[in-house]
Amino acid sequence: MTLYDVAIVGAGPAGMAAAIEAAKVGLATTVLDEAAQPGGQIYRGIETACEARLAVLGKAYRDGATLVRAFRGSGVDYRPGTTVWHIEDADPGFVLYASTSGGSVALGARFLVVASGALERPTPMPGWTLPGVMTAGAIQILIKASGALPRDLVLVGSGPLLYLLGAQMVAAGRPPRALVTTVPPSRYLTAARYYTPLSRAAHAYLIKGIGLLSRLALARVPIHSNARGIRILGNDSVTGLRFFSGGRDREIDTNMVALHQGVVPNQQIGRLLRCDYLWHAGQHAFAPEVDRFGETSRVGVFIAGDGAGISGAVSAKLSGRLAAWRIAQHLGRTAPDPGPALAALRRDRAVRPLLETLYAPSPEVLDPSDETIVCRCEEVTAGAVRKTVHDGAVGPNQVKSFLRTGMGPCQGRMCGLAVSRIITVAAGGDPGEIGYFRIRPPLKPLSLNELAELELTDAVE
Amino acid sequence: MQRCFTPQGRSVRILFEDQPVEAQPGDSVAAALLCADVVWTRSTPVSGAHRAPFCMMGACFDCLVEIDGVPNRQACMVEVKEGMRVRRQQGDAFGELS
Repeated sequence: MTLYDVAIVGAGPAGMAAAIEAAKVGLATTVLDEAAQPGGQIYRGIETACEARLAVLGKAYRDGATLVRAFRGSGVDYRPGTTVWHIEDADPGFVLYASTSGGSVALGARFLVVASGALERPTPMPGWTLPGVMTAGAIQILIKASGALPRDLVLVGSGPLLYLLGAQMVAAGRPPRALVTTVPPSRYLTAARYYTPLSRAAHAYLIKGIGLLSRLALARVPIHSNARGIRILGNDSVTGLRFFSGGRDREIDTNMVALHQGVVPNQQIGRLLRCDYLWHAGQHAFAPEVDRFGETSRVGVFIAGDGAGISGAVSAKLSGRLAAWRIAQHLGRTAPDPGPALAALRRDRAVRPLLETLYAPSPEVLDPSDETIVCRCEEVTAGAVRKTVHDGAVGPNQVKSFLRTGMGPCQGRMCGLAVSRIITVAAGGDPGEIGYFRIRPPLKPLSLNELAELELTDAVE
Repeated sequence: MQRCFTPQGRSVRILFEDQPVEAQPGDSVAAALLCADVVWTRSTPVSGAHRAPFCMMGACFDCLVEIDGVPNRQACMVEVKEGMRVRRQQGDAFGELS
């Protein structure tokens, strides 16, 4: 089995930046990524996007091409189309098991950089499982990877991505049918106290946000704010959206709805490795306990990028570099002075408290109505979770044993945070103590054939 | 779902439920089906409800389909190939439900 100095999981901004730096200091580096091309979700399709698509997606997207080129030229062992399904301790380091088109492989590495990014926050609400409902991130992926856009889309929720997507749709000549936000106007005042004029990075993000909003307004996209009681209508697929906004009930006919309530760290690998996680109240999510360089409570395991707490692509690149340099140091190599990168990271993250306050998720999706399905795989409602808590279930793992929440193919990616939150509210207590599902291998479903062939290969070796 | 930009390269033809679907090179199976206005792509094992691709990034597993006879494939993670045969994944396909 090959032993690398460092294995990086994920080829988004954090993973690519870590790989480039690791290669520069001469570390034997492998990068495992599920996608067919590098870039992660943020720069998805960047190598194949035509000029018109680049123009629609904007400068921040276009800038990703430089990083992807540097990554391609770095000479690291890059493995696209590779899904990590288990990591276990070894001496030295770790063994990673990953699924590829040709079956599963096992690789050794002294250090790990987990750069598996973010997931959309689960947004349970009545009707969210109907065909025709997607996440805002999914619509962006359709634009980036396939140049496709829906005709009649209603954007629903909260967060910068919703405005960015709306503005991109306007630029593509397919403005959204309407923007329905769950942000109450009073939030702007609450958030304003986090505005620090000294932070230029924060200022730049705000200017960008105002630009996006004005593009939506210029295109006369109807904006309904502070929406409550949101229901997606339809029997077999979406037919419309009902909500309360501006003092009255409203209904919009549509066959496509995109939901968004911000993004949250992807916890699967960190939890599998039993890294310590803490409740991040500002982000309404769990984030791993990491030091300035991204090293977790597990020696040798680093988490870089949004997986360590949502900070966006600029911070992700910086944290990827910092992790690689720290690993280089551990391996006795000379690495650049981390000072400037650490300072840049602090500056870039300065905008987060403001964004987190302004775009805090809607209370309705955090603690959905009884009839709402929270576990999409096993079709378990919020009411069933509450009842189980009242019957005495003490935490997410007991709820999981009783109801199968988190035992379907998505393994809790779509319901985990919602289930933890519902239990916290129903039972009372601290979200950090209530905790999260215990994550076990395989991280993604695997056929028994593939597993059997892997063991055979190992035995032969 | 509609294409907004001039297609690049020759289109790829796949079969969905034995009907031809034109896709673009680089499309995921999920994107190709959405662009062909396919409304639903699987039914659930619990209630038989219809589902369609939701997250497009390999997390939700709502886009599970059968590709070239192999069930449980994530349509959003598999790239289209000429002649690929795709079928809806029926929730009770494994006979677990009566």
